Amino acid sequence: MNARSLFIPATLFLVLAFLIGPFLIIVAASFSAGETLAFPPQGFSLRWIAKVFTVDSFRASFAMSMFLAVGGTAAALVLGIPASYALSRYRLPGAEIVRTIVSLPIIVPGIIVGLALLRYVVVPFGVGITPALFLAHTALILPYAVRVVSASLDNLRSDIEEAAVLLGSSRMGAFFRVVMPNIKGGILSAFILGFVTSFNQVPVSLFLSGPGVRTLPVDMIAYMEIVFDPSVAALSSLLAFLSIGIVFAAERFLGFSRYV
Amino acid sequence: MSDAYLSLEKLTLAYGDTVAVGNLDLDIGKGELIALLGPSGCGKTTTMRAIAGLLPVKSGHIRLDGTDMTRTPPNKRAVGLVFQSYALFPHLSVYENVAFGLKLKGMRGSELDQKVRGGLTSVGLSSFADRKPAELSGGQQQRVALARSMVMEPKVLLLDEPLSNLDARLRLEMRTELQRVQKETGVTMIFVTHDQTEALSLADRIVVMKNGAIEQIGTPEDIYNRPASAFVADFVGFENIFALDQGKLKTEHGLADPSGALPGEALSAAGLAWRPRMVTLGSGPFRGTVRGTSFAGDRREYLLASDLGPIKAEVDASEPVHAPDAEIAFDLPAAKAAPLKRFA
Repeated sequence: MNARSLFIPATLFLVLAFLIGPFLIIVAASFSAGETLAFPPQGFSLRWIAKVFTVDSFRASFAMSMFLAVGGTAAALVLGIPASYALSRYRLPGAEIVRTIVSLPIIVPGIIVGLALLRYVVVPFGVGITPALFLAHTALILPYAVRVVSASLDNLRSDIEEAAVLLGSSRMGAFFRVVMPNIKGGILSAFILGFVTSFNQVPVSLFLSGPGVRTLPVDMIAYMEIVFDPSVAALSSLLAFLSIGIVFAAERFLGFSRYV
Repeated sequence: MSDAYLSLEKLTLAYGDTVAVGNLDLDIGKGELIALLGPSGCGKTTTMRAIAGLLPVKSGHIRLDGTDMTRTPPNKRAVGLVFQSYALFPHLSVYENVAFGLKLKGMRGSELDQKVRGGLTSVGLSSFADRKPAELSGGQQQRVALARSMVMEPKVLLLDEPLSNLDARLRLEMRTELQRVQKETGVTMIFVTHDQTEALSLADRIVVMKNGAIEQIGTPEDIYNRPASAFVADFVGFENIFALDQGKLKTEHGLADPSGALPGEALSAAGLAWRPRMVTLGSGPFRGTVRGTSFAGDRREYLLASDLGPIKAEVDASEPVHAPDAEIAFDLPAAKAAPLKRFA
């Protein structure tokens, strides 16, 4: 082999090492027997993984993160499905503007979204911490919901709705009888994507978290500032495997990658 | 026609400000099989969608079976539509597709089952009940769509380009199928097509449309042999069409005398039209140069350049062959020509 033919495999290896390397380090560190977060790990034990389940603040913030991920995604879908339907089926005036506004949270950095929400919504209107986090997460997930649901609506012929109407269904009935069942996969995909996005969200949650109310990632940062033991690595590994599990199941059963 | 079952009265349809169909009047009798024929953009599909109620009527009326249903919503019209794409529900089995409308009517249990099985049997698909639409061929999907509409016992069945997505063999099969269904049930059928052979072979009456208006209504024989205008003549395969000016043919190079005396009915005609096979080659008062020739099995087609303009001729393959660039005499016998009432 000459240098030229080595170039592509070498690049590929470097990219993979760069992407997966940190993850492998974290996973390795979480099985450490030592007292501090370090790599290479000192010895092997499961004690830090066990420790994760005994930290109270982790349990509370995990519950908060779950609530935001499930509730925020559900809310984003309730708003996003009708919005996607309108955008894909009707030629609305200003549809492009709506589409752009809805996608903005993907483009705008989380820090700015978080600061803006805090400065111009939460503080002036006296919104509570939990409702503020809920609003923020819903807004962050909405673009993903609209994108994924729109993609599956665009793949669905609109004449089946007319066929349903001519067979006696109302317009609304046609939506629930023949549109919803056929975009089920897209909705589930949007749900998973929204869930993962919300669960891994840091910057926005960082701005909006307050005394006693934190999401799990924010809580992990706070924990690490005080205690530098490998339990954070253990928790990260657990979360990573949870995400991988969900995405894998989704791909296996729904063909997730068709919609994203 | 006072005994009209479905009548369209001064029907005007528009997309926004663009009028697609203007002031259309059409009466259709019960049990008729009507073809709406025309090129794309002529308003045939728009008219069909208005009859189904999928497109709001701008002005005018649609009456069906004695009631004005101009403003009746599509789900209350008892009008069936077989879509060009079939529009089967992909998440439902063939059985569930056919049962869809019946269930909405509140039909349940053995009555429902009997009706659905009956519908599937009538289109020869009873063994496919559990399949999903994606597992069927195009022809089978179309028959499911037909059964799904027919079990609803519609007053009018609309079909959008019913034969255009099928190959030649299936086309014949489907044509027979539609005629049989129409005969057995007596349902009034209206189908939309851009294909003259489809219209000629299937319809009792053909409505030729152009630019949102009716150009001619007639039996297939009328349309094929006695086109009313140059547009219809061109559409049904008269390829040599001339306007008449005081009994003379109008050509690119001025007026020309027709060959032979004009038949009586042609005296007041606005134009004359000949099919390629009505052209005689080898003799006659006109001369032309062979520009192109192609062999079509039992016939041979020629394209001639002549003083009358380009002429298309089609002769029996057993006749002597004319080489390209040969100068030959030809004839457009006035006695054979179809007289056109309107030229525009």
